[in-house]
Amino acid sequence: MGCQIKYINYHLSQKEVTNEMLVVEFPDFSSEKIFKNVGIKKRFVTTENVIGSDLAFNAAEEFFEETDVKKEEVEFILFCTGGSDYIAPMNASLLQDRLGLNGNIGALDLPSGCSGATNALGMAKAIIESGQANNVLLLFGETPGLVSHPKDFALRTLFSDAGAIVFVEKTIKNHIGKVVYGVDGSGAKHLYVDQSCLRNPPTKQWLEINKDVGGMPRGQMKMDGIEVFTFSIKKVPILVGDILKQNDLQMEDIDLFVFHQASKIILKSIQRKLKIDDKRMAYYIENNGNTVSISIPLALKEAEKEGRIKEGSKILIAGFGIGFSWSGTVLYY
Amino acid sequence: MLVLELDFHGVVQFYIIRKMDLKEFIKKVEVEFEELEKGILTAETNFREIDEWSSMHALIIIALMDVEYGVTVGGEDLSKMQTVQDLFDFAKKNQD
Repeated sequence: MGCQIKYINYHLSQKEVTNEMLVVEFPDFSSEKIFKNVGIKKRFVTTENVIGSDLAFNAAEEFFEETDVKKEEVEFILFCTGGSDYIAPMNASLLQDRLGLNGNIGALDLPSGCSGATNALGMAKAIIESGQANNVLLLFGETPGLVSHPKDFALRTLFSDAGAIVFVEKTIKNHIGKVVYGVDGSGAKHLYVDQSCLRNPPTKQWLEINKDVGGMPRGQMKMDGIEVFTFSIKKVPILVGDILKQNDLQMEDIDLFVFHQASKIILKSIQRKLKIDDKRMAYYIENNGNTVSISIPLALKEAEKEGRIKEGSKILIAGFGIGFSWSGTVLYY
Repeated sequence: MLVLELDFHGVVQFYIIRKMDLKEFIKKVEVEFEELEKGILTAETNFREIDEWSSMHALIIIALMDVEYGVTVGGEDLSKMQTVQDLFDFAKKNQD
C-alpha cells in the first residue's frame, strides 16, 4: 500500500507587481538590476482583505470544479499557512465549513513556511499509510506581502502571495518515498515575523513608529539574507544526500530536482554545489516569485505541463527555510 | 592536499583539493562579478568599493568560498573583510 499525488492546483494573487513598478518606489535600482539580483520579473501581492485561507479556498474551489473529485470524498485536510485567520480556532476548521466538506473528517493546521509542502506531504503519507484516511487534501495559503515592510527591498522583490492544493490518494503501489526531516530552531531569529503574536504583540509604540506605512499591525517579517543564504547552501546539499540515501538512490537516478524556489542565487548555488545539469534543475521563480509553501506544488505542476515529468520519472523535492526547517523526499511517477 | 571524506552513502571518497593560489582566486572572483572589467582586480582591491557593490555580491562571495573551496563564511566574518587578499587569507586559513 502507498499513496500518490493525484492533483495539484495553485492560485496566484490577483495583483501583479513588475520590476518596472518596483523601480518607482526604489529609484536607486533599475528593473534590469532587480532582475539580475533576484532573478524575478514579476510577483503577486494580495489586497488587504484577502489572506492565506482565501487563496487556499480559491485553489480548492477551482480544483473541485476542474476535476471529478467530489467534496464528500475528502477524508482529511491539512492547512499550511504563515498567516492564520485567528490565533484560535484552527484555520482547518474554518476551511472545512467554508468548502462544505464532511463533518467526519480530520482537519488540522500545519504552519511551516518554506518547508510546508514537503512537511505536509510527509504527514499525508503517514495518515494514509497508517490507515487513518484514504485521501488527504493539502491546502496552502501564504501572504508574506501582508507582513513585509513597504520599504524592505529584499522582501518586496522576492516574495509572492499565493494559494495551492495538493490532493494525495491511497494507491496499491507506493509513489512517495521515505521523507527526511530536519530542524534547527537556533536559526529562527534570522527569519521571523516580529511583533506578530502573543510573545511579542504589536504595541502602541510599534503602531506609532510605523504610522506612515499603516502601523504594521500584523507584524513585520525580518530576514537576515546572509544567514538564510548560508544556511540554505550548507544544509540543502546534505538534505539531498540524506534523501538519496534513505531511498537507496544515486544523484544520476533523479530526473528532476525540484527545490523550494527561494531565490535564484540560492538555487544556482545549490545547483553548482551538487553539480546538477540545467536539464534536471527546476526554476519556476522568474514569473512567480518566492511563493513560500506553494513553490514546490507550483513547480511540480508547471514541470508536468512542460513534459519534464512523465510516467516513470523520479523527482526529488526539497523544502527549506523559516524555522530553520527542512524536509524532502522522492516522488515516483 | 589529499582529502578523505565520506560521501552521501558513507563510502570513502578520495579527492585532491588544489593548493590555493592567489592569482587563480582573483580570476575566480572576477568571473563571479560579471560586470567587472577584466584585469583590474588585484589583491589590494577593496571589494566593497567596486562599482555597483550590493548585498547580492556578498552572497556571491559566500557562494564562491563555499562551493569552490568548501569554506563557510558567516555574515560577521565577511563584515570584517575589506580586500580580495582578506578573502583569500580567510579561505586559506579555514581550508587548511
